[in-house]
Amino acid sequence: MSGYQPQTSQTADSSAIDIHSRAVSYTCGDCDGDVQLKRGEPIRCRNCGHRVLYKKRTNRMVQFEAR
Amino acid sequence: MPAPSEDVLLERKKLKVGVETVSNQQSTDFPGHWPGENHEWDLEYFKNSMRIEFHTEHASKLDLTFSLIGVDTSLANALRRILISEVPTLAIEDVFIYQNTSIIQDEVLAHRLGLVPLRGNRDAIRWLKWYQKDEDVPDHEPKSDENCVRLSLNMECRWKEGGLERAKQGVTDPDELYENHNVYARDFSFEPWERQTEKFGEDGVRSSHPDILVAKMRPGQHIELLMHAYKGIGQDHAKFSPVATATYRLLPTIDILRPIVGADAKKFARCFPKGVIKLDKVTPGDESAHPEECAGKEGEAKAVVDNPSMDTVSRECLRHPEFANKVKLGRMRDHFIFRVESTGQWDSDELFLESIRLLKVKAARIKRGLLKSAMNLA
Repeated sequence: MSGYQPQTSQTADSSAIDIHSRAVSYTCGDCDGDVQLKRGEPIRCRNCGHRVLYKKRTNRMVQFEAR
Repeated sequence: MPAPSEDVLLERKKLKVGVETVSNQQSTDFPGHWPGENHEWDLEYFKNSMRIEFHTEHASKLDLTFSLIGVDTSLANALRRILISEVPTLAIEDVFIYQNTSIIQDEVLAHRLGLVPLRGNRDAIRWLKWYQKDEDVPDHEPKSDENCVRLSLNMECRWKEGGLERAKQGVTDPDELYENHNVYARDFSFEPWERQTEKFGEDGVRSSHPDILVAKMRPGQHIELLMHAYKGIGQDHAKFSPVATATYRLLPTIDILRPIVGADAKKFARCFPKGVIKLDKVTPGDESAHPEECAGKEGEAKAVVDNPSMDTVSRECLRHPEFANKVKLGRMRDHFIFRVESTGQWDSDELFLESIRLLKVKAARIKRGLLKSAMNLA
């Protein structure tokens, strides 16, 4: 009933940015705050020190039929 | 052979409702059923016998009750079915979800969005063309302003100012704590493109029931999506149906064969919904006509039928031995009390006229087909 709409153009963009400097945003499992992590950094919330972080949902579009 | 009297014709039209049986259901006014009588379909006869009466019990334009009198069940039922499944309206069909972190799942949310009734300018809706979803169809038309209406929904729930402190103090009312925690149908925004801006005008396309709750959220949750609405018919999916429901029932008849008087009359009235039976006084005429029931009871209560259309035909009165052989229940086979509840795009009376137009289109199509096959045979 549903299918992903692949975004082909995105891969070309991301290769241009340096992989090592790109920050990814996570959600802290304890204080619910936003945590920006770069490659190699310890997995830890900067605010409360909690070590469990959740990955966020991507902004990739998903198409559904309203049936 | 003598022509049947009015009473006989009326009796033929009545469905008889017994304690556990319903009899005389089938109509018999067709050629060849009654010897010596001509029941051929005749336009003049139909014009004279067909009537429509509007009832005013419902004030809203979206909720209509009327009687269609003097037509066959096949015609009344065809109109009802066309109302439900063949009059087109607009409904959301495709949902493009960019972000949904609420607890309601994507597919469930999409389904809920599809069921929201929409309304827009009538002429613009008529101007809209069908959108053929299957792209493999040879003459497939691409999406354009003529067949696709775009809507968007972008809501993010946040804490209200001071909401966090109030939550710590033990406040639990979401209205005091959060902003945008309820997503309603009124939060849809119409995204007109090309000619749609002028066609749909200022109101655009919006939900006809703005208070429909689509989803609930808590701080930090976010819904961002685009919707494509197309014109469709109820046959394809119930969301395209222009009516909440369109139903008819036959007019109930109550024939009091022998007078019901005194305490029995009150009991008889209580067997029916309010307004169906009214209480009259026994007159001297009744006394002489029905001495068995009415002798010496002048001035006492007597049950009289007031408004049979309000009866639910519960058959309660048939359960009591004191009313045995005194009352006959039935329904008029050619009196259809229609109830049409619109979902908001069209007024109910417009819908009924539209259903008649669609039936005419169908009849014309059959006629064309018959002519064609007749020509092939010749």
